[in-house]
Amino acid sequence: MQSRKLIVLAAIWAALLFAPYWMAPLGGYTALATRVLVLGLAAMSLNFLLGFTGVLSFGHAAWFGLGAYGAGLTLKYLALSTPLAVIAGILLGGLCGSILGLLLVRRRGVYFAMVTIAFGQVFYYIAFQWSSLTGGDDGLRGFHRQPLDFGFFNIDILSNDIAFYYFVLFCFALAVGAMAFILRSPFGRTMIAIRENERRSRFLGIPIERHIWIAFTLSCFFMSFAGALYALVNNFADPRGLHYSQSGDFVMMAVMGGMRSFWGPLLGAFVFVVVQDYLSSITVNWMSFVGLLFVLVVLFFPRGLLGFFQRSKA
Amino acid sequence: MPISRRRWLVDRRTILKSGAVIAAAQITSPFIIKARGETPIRIGMVDPLTGVYAAIAQGEVVGAKYALEEINKKGGIMGRQVELLIEDSANDVGTGVQKTRKLIDRDQVSFIIGDVNSGIAIAMAQVTSEKKVLHIVSGGHTDPITGTSCSWNVFRVCNSTAMDANAIASTLIEKFGKKWYFLTPDYAYGHSVQASFEKILKAAGGTSSASLVPLGSTDYSAYLIQAKAANPQVLINVMGGGDQVASLKQFVQFGLDKQMAVGGTLFELESIRAVPDAARVGWWTMEWWWDQPGVPHVAEFNAAIKKITGGAATARNWFGYASVQTLVLIANQEKTLDAPKLAHALSGFKLPPEVALQPGTPEYRAGDHELMSTVFVGEAHPPQGDPDNMFTVKNPVPGDKAAGPVEETGCKIQWPA
Amino acid sequence: MTLLLLFNITNGLIIGAFYVLMALGLSLILNLSNVINFAHGGFLVIGGYIAYALSPYVGFWGALFLAPLLTAIIGLAVERVLIRPLYGRDPLYSLLLTFGLAFMIEDGTRFIFGAQGKPMAIPAFLAQPLSNDLFFITGYRLFMVVMVIVAISMLFLLLRYTRLGIRIRAGTLDLETVAALGINVGMLRSLNFAVGIFLAGLSGVLAAGQIGLDPTMGTGLLMPSFIAIIVGGIGSLPGTLAGGLLIGVASGLTAVFFPAASEAVIYVMMAVVLLARPRGLFGEEGMMS
Repeated sequence: MQSRKLIVLAAIWAALLFAPYWMAPLGGYTALATRVLVLGLAAMSLNFLLGFTGVLSFGHAAWFGLGAYGAGLTLKYLALSTPLAVIAGILLGGLCGSILGLLLVRRRGVYFAMVTIAFGQVFYYIAFQWSSLTGGDDGLRGFHRQPLDFGFFNIDILSNDIAFYYFVLFCFALAVGAMAFILRSPFGRTMIAIRENERRSRFLGIPIERHIWIAFTLSCFFMSFAGALYALVNNFADPRGLHYSQSGDFVMMAVMGGMRSFWGPLLGAFVFVVVQDYLSSITVNWMSFVGLLFVLVVLFFPRGLLGFFQRSKA
Repeated sequence: MPISRRRWLVDRRTILKSGAVIAAAQITSPFIIKARGETPIRIGMVDPLTGVYAAIAQGEVVGAKYALEEINKKGGIMGRQVELLIEDSANDVGTGVQKTRKLIDRDQVSFIIGDVNSGIAIAMAQVTSEKKVLHIVSGGHTDPITGTSCSWNVFRVCNSTAMDANAIASTLIEKFGKKWYFLTPDYAYGHSVQASFEKILKAAGGTSSASLVPLGSTDYSAYLIQAKAANPQVLINVMGGGDQVASLKQFVQFGLDKQMAVGGTLFELESIRAVPDAARVGWWTMEWWWDQPGVPHVAEFNAAIKKITGGAATARNWFGYASVQTLVLIANQEKTLDAPKLAHALSGFKLPPEVALQPGTPEYRAGDHELMSTVFVGEAHPPQGDPDNMFTVKNPVPGDKAAGPVEETGCKIQWPA
Repeated sequence: MTLLLLFNITNGLIIGAFYVLMALGLSLILNLSNVINFAHGGFLVIGGYIAYALSPYVGFWGALFLAPLLTAIIGLAVERVLIRPLYGRDPLYSLLLTFGLAFMIEDGTRFIFGAQGKPMAIPAFLAQPLSNDLFFITGYRLFMVVMVIVAISMLFLLLRYTRLGIRIRAGTLDLETVAALGINVGMLRSLNFAVGIFLAGLSGVLAAGQIGLDPTMGTGLLMPSFIAIIVGGIGSLPGTLAGGLLIGVASGLTAVFFPAASEAVIYVMMAVVLLARPRGLFGEEGMMS
């Protein structure tokens, strides 16, 4: 059992490490792989909350967008340093999330989801209207990711797509490692307990609201990390990244890949991004197909692709 | 219960497996095609084919495809056939940037055209200048594209907002008066149109007030109430697309057209088609118009487009057409695909009459790479004769007169070493 | 200044009335079946386009009557095939399915009718303002308010006096007992959904006359409807009515003083309500926990 898990894990990392090389012959391209990684991280951050704590946030793109703006604003106005931009993005989204999270944790279910939509949309409108700072609807531009300078050598992540992919993969590995670590810790176990049966957990004396707040905050930090990376991918940040339809896409990726599994959302992101990229090149009506995909997944594969594979083995 | 579940499992499995096989076959096929013979020269076009700008984006695509047909009949570029690869930016910057990278990295295009959405066009320009690919912005209007964000490899066919405003401002002042009210969409494009107008208005001693309207508003009553209270002589409607349609409809429904004139810069044919007759009013700038009696080649172009779309040719059709033609003409002239060489040659390049489809020979100005295309100032009205004859050109302004001096655009082009 | 305020409040009420129509349909579906119908905007678009397609043959009034009916029938089919399998599952799934359905509807409309916006002809006598002073109250907007009032009254009569209505109301409170009493719950849900979609279709026809037709017009009108329900209180139809009018007025007033925030203000209202009094103005405690 353990060795099977290790083999699967090794396979996943092998696929990720060699992505630029096996995607190209199949009609993919490095920038696509980078995008899958970033959106996959976002979906996994959402799943940290949705799949493992059982709490649905439908406005989570707000932290994604804030991370993007944080990174972009840093590169544009403060310092020409990629690592600093990423950290700034993480802090901006994460701190906003943790503060607002305090207000949110008393609510559950649909109420919780709708409040997160409300907050997300408020941030969206702020980004949209405060155009002197954020560029408004045209988005924040005029910055780009800076090559990494380690003193004696330089990694040019600006013009070298493959170098940038590995940089993103490195960040991805950091984030995912942290997530896995947390989930395996006693805190992570408690989150799952809350998901399974909140009332019983409360009877056991677990401070539910505090745990949900911590889980929410952590999820926001990871989400903003993904957002900061996204700003680096595009050299651009725009309000659409904050909109609830973007959140909807992330939820879909998590569900499509499998909410109950750790790597599921990455698979969901892969399918979603590749299908959308491929379909939109061959037909103008790609939206119908993507919508159809949503419908089919919900009706026939509610446990997601990974959930489907796991069950069929039983 | 268990029986039906097992049956379902088998069905789903087979669906999934066959789906995977079919998908794999589709994905590997481009690889197979590449292995066969010489590849044609590719032009990549990124436009929002879905979303709020879909109608005008699709207009550009129609024009581009028509140009492609003509070009390939005449031998293509340096004897090689030309292919047009069209990608949907879905009105989203991330997607637009990604598609641009895809076209350049995977599909090996030699040229890029796009986007209707100015924000996406600028983001794409960052990618194309990084990768040294010649980039024509067919339909994005904001000033920075050939202004503060200009780049050696970016050229624009459609007008800047300053050009349009400059062309019509004096007409509006003379005809109606100097007291104006702006209905401005609250983002960069709207602000820049209003600023361009205000500069000229103030210089003429006029006054103005404005309502900044959020994009996507469906109800304009609050703003029109304010406009009526301000009692201007002209209402300048800067809104675009569906917003312009809605605001004009409501303007007329409220009877405000009896109290004040209405005008502005763009009121595209696609939008005029979308409003009822009563709202087909006002003074506007068309960036190209299908009815130009006495100008050669225009009628043929219009007839050809009419066969494809069923309606008269619009400015958007012409943008797509001119963009593709420009790329092919310059490549054939210089006999190279090298972007810096072509860009140098395009600076100051004059469009031949069969591509320009307007009086005079507009050129891509060397200082900012903006095409000095004629601005057709005129009046909108319900159809007269032809169902698409809803605009009459009263005053065509040559592009170089409408555009301010290059210094004012703020563009400083830095050529690669 | 007071005149301006009065104008804008009246204006807000008119806008709010439209939100009420949309929100009521959404509320009906949410209350009985626990389904968050993200495709409600899509059905608005369908209603509008059907009216556009029919009006050359049956005129504006014929289209006004027929289009919502046809939309409701489409809604019935959708419910039977797509939504019924989701009852009993987490509301997340109905949200995602309708989210995907909205994509399909927008794209399908674009495919059938083209991306080009279409004008919708309204009877000429309605396209006039009431008077020079009250210029913003055109005959058509007044007609919209009248239609909303008619629709609300008919809904009220349906719910109060017909058997279907009584069953819907009972089902909202306790569906299990209703089922135990031998009532066909599946059929009840279907018909309830159809009534909700009828209201969406009617909104579509009315909107088409006001702002024209566009495949993307549904999305902008969806969120205010949700907010109206939340502000008024989930589970309460009078609450939805109050909520819709309230956000209409709030949005209208904000447009005067701070137009940039006129859309954001309703989200702020929703956030405030959810944090301070989650059951909304008229809702009952714990309806959706």
